[in-house]
Amino acid sequence: MIGLQAQTAAPPLAADAAPIVEVRGLSKIYPGGVEALNDISLSFPEGELTTLLGPSGCGKTTLLKIIAGLLQPTGGEVRVRGRAVTGPGPERSFVFQDFALMPWATVIRNAAFGLELRGVPRSEREAVAEKYIASVGLKGFETKYPHELSGGMRQRVGLARALAVNADIVMMDEPFSAVDEQTRRQFQEDMLRLVAQERKTFLFVTHSIEEAVYVSNRIVLLSRRPSRVSEIIDVNLPRDSEPDQIRRHPAYLDTVEGIWQTLKRYLD
Amino acid sequence: MIINGTRVPAVFSLLIWAVLWEIVGRLGLTILIPPLSTTIEKLVEIVGTPGFWDALGLTLKTFVIGSVISILAGIPIGILMGRLPVLDRLLLPWVNTFISAPLSALVPVVMALFGFGETTIILTVVLFAIWIIILDARAGAHAISPSLVEMARVYGATNWQAFSKIFVLSAMPEILTGVRLGLLRAVKGVIIGQLLVSVVGFGRLFEIYSSNFLMEHMWALLLVLFALASAIDTAFGLIERRVEHFASSRN
Amino acid sequence: MTPTTREFVPAAVPLGRPASSPHSLQTLASNPYALRIVSFAIVALAWEWAGRVPVSPSFPTFGETAAALFSMLADGSLPAAFANTLVPLAIGIALSSVVGVAIGVAMGLNEKVEWFGVPIFIVLQAAPLAALVPLLVLAYGIGVTTKVFVVCIMAMPVIVLNSFKAVRHTPHSLIEMGRSFMANRPQLIGKIILRSATPVIFAGLRLGTAAGFVGAILAELLVTPTGVGDIITYSQSTADYPRMYAAIAGVIIVSVLFIEGLGWVEQRFLRPEKRSAS
Repeated sequence: MIGLQAQTAAPPLAADAAPIVEVRGLSKIYPGGVEALNDISLSFPEGELTTLLGPSGCGKTTLLKIIAGLLQPTGGEVRVRGRAVTGPGPERSFVFQDFALMPWATVIRNAAFGLELRGVPRSEREAVAEKYIASVGLKGFETKYPHELSGGMRQRVGLARALAVNADIVMMDEPFSAVDEQTRRQFQEDMLRLVAQERKTFLFVTHSIEEAVYVSNRIVLLSRRPSRVSEIIDVNLPRDSEPDQIRRHPAYLDTVEGIWQTLKRYLD
Repeated sequence: MIINGTRVPAVFSLLIWAVLWEIVGRLGLTILIPPLSTTIEKLVEIVGTPGFWDALGLTLKTFVIGSVISILAGIPIGILMGRLPVLDRLLLPWVNTFISAPLSALVPVVMALFGFGETTIILTVVLFAIWIIILDARAGAHAISPSLVEMARVYGATNWQAFSKIFVLSAMPEILTGVRLGLLRAVKGVIIGQLLVSVVGFGRLFEIYSSNFLMEHMWALLLVLFALASAIDTAFGLIERRVEHFASSRN
Repeated sequence: MTPTTREFVPAAVPLGRPASSPHSLQTLASNPYALRIVSFAIVALAWEWAGRVPVSPSFPTFGETAAALFSMLADGSLPAAFANTLVPLAIGIALSSVVGVAIGVAMGLNEKVEWFGVPIFIVLQAAPLAALVPLLVLAYGIGVTTKVFVVCIMAMPVIVLNSFKAVRHTPHSLIEMGRSFMANRPQLIGKIILRSATPVIFAGLRLGTAAGFVGAILAELLVTPTGVGDIITYSQSTADYPRMYAAIAGVIIVSVLFIEGLGWVEQRFLRPEKRSAS
């Protein structure tokens, strides 16, 4: 079993953090016979941003959706705070790759939807949603419809919706893949600010090495299908510096290069 | 649906419906529905009569002629509408009107102009089938990728070459959908035409059977017509699936 | 590139856009309403000319038909006939909407119902159900019941199948989103699936209404001449062709306007994502 504790040079942040999510011997075979995951064991410490990184189609989204309770594993189990996951739960929320906004609902109704499903009264849930819409930078867009927003703004609504339910764990499935490069960088920086502010555990899936290194505390490298954990990397960047300086920092560049050398093995 | 671990194709539910039909018929719940078994007996009986073959022949003949006219006229009109904005603006209001208009109301006009014969039925078929063929061919012409058109121009295609080699072929998925929907409408047209004309083909048979209260005979004819329509639908669905790679490679 | 191939290049242009058309035509083409009026005028003139030739003794001119239409509107006979026609139509559409949407949604939500129901409705949609009309007359006589039935059998299949497809094709990610935010089954159906299906269900009702119009007219022509069908058949038997054509034009105009109106309602109220596009 490869656990995060096995890593050397763990930063002080994570050293005493208890794992909030534990994945034990997880495997997933789709009905068609495709083996997406093979015996994956992992743990995710509380209050960190962990990224699942791997080649396209390697099963990282499958792993995330199993942790979210949206998919059932073929074998193994997921535990959140020690309790086995059987389905979605209030302590976990999800940001979707294709936004999954309801086209018929306004920004505020979309953002408040998680609370609406929990039966929170309208005025109360809209107040909460308004706060998070403002914190993702969409103040003034509350009564717009999704089609009136750009791709980046739509995903901000998805993020506001995930934060509004006040879950401990926020999972993001390639949230920026449908967003253009400029918006994406802006969004990454905003997200880092929110991560620092919210003190939640974030699980992040991406296929972009740069993005993974830039936003994560730690990176789980997955191999090609059927996925196994290939390597776990702790990222130590000077988070208090300016974004441009971080992207030029030797630690950033070295980590990107190191991951690329590892991932290259999985290419044809 | 899965029973005892094996997948049962949905078509088999039609067998259950057939059994239900038989039960309802035997119970005599309504005079509308005679048992399926007696209907099939009557079908065998009817198939032996020359009147049935005359009617079937007339139906197939008018159906085929009407459909061929609709296809040969509809596809070029649709593609031209898709490529020429002026023509599109001139014709589209009429196509949209006729596609949702109650065409059964126009059959009396055709009857008044062309009498109570085959011509009227053929024109009814065209009237029912052509609009959807035009509209889908037009949609297909819109779906042609601009780079393909530019490619043809770069390599010096003439108008006719561009039309026959690029437009028709790359609009093929939509065209085929239009033709299938058009043929289904043509089946409805050929029946509605004959019912209203009522002195030839199945229209005449229905007239005879209903004036003699022969419910089973009418259901037997219906079975034939339903089978015919389903066969056309299924056959065309298969053809469509075979050219689906056109659509996927186009994107 | 050789001169010969270069010569060919502009040859394909007219198919793409009318580059060589005169200036006035281009400005006309850019205004959709102008061309609509031109299109209508061309058809009206062609009709008038064909009526004056005449191409057939039973082909009145456009003018005569229009005059007949206005006189029937003025003396109230056409509105009265429409009111008559609309009774079985309205009952039939209402019935098929309620029953059809219920069946379609049930098939979309439950796989067993789908297995049982979808094939029969596909057969019914493909089948020339108009052939049932003589049977219905035999079974239920020549009254309103039969006409309502005719409207129902024409309208029902398309309503059922559209409702089914609408529910079945709810975007998968929206369903996953609902589940991840802990929606229970009723919430998932009420707040996501049905809401997402509404525009397509409504489009099915629009198509069903169009089919219902076909059925209503067919019933009046085949069963007993009432309403507009009565004007058509009676004028035909007395060779009053302007009246006959006017009644037919009237019923087509009314049905097309009504169906266009439904389409407008659909765009305006049910598809906010398309509101700005149109």
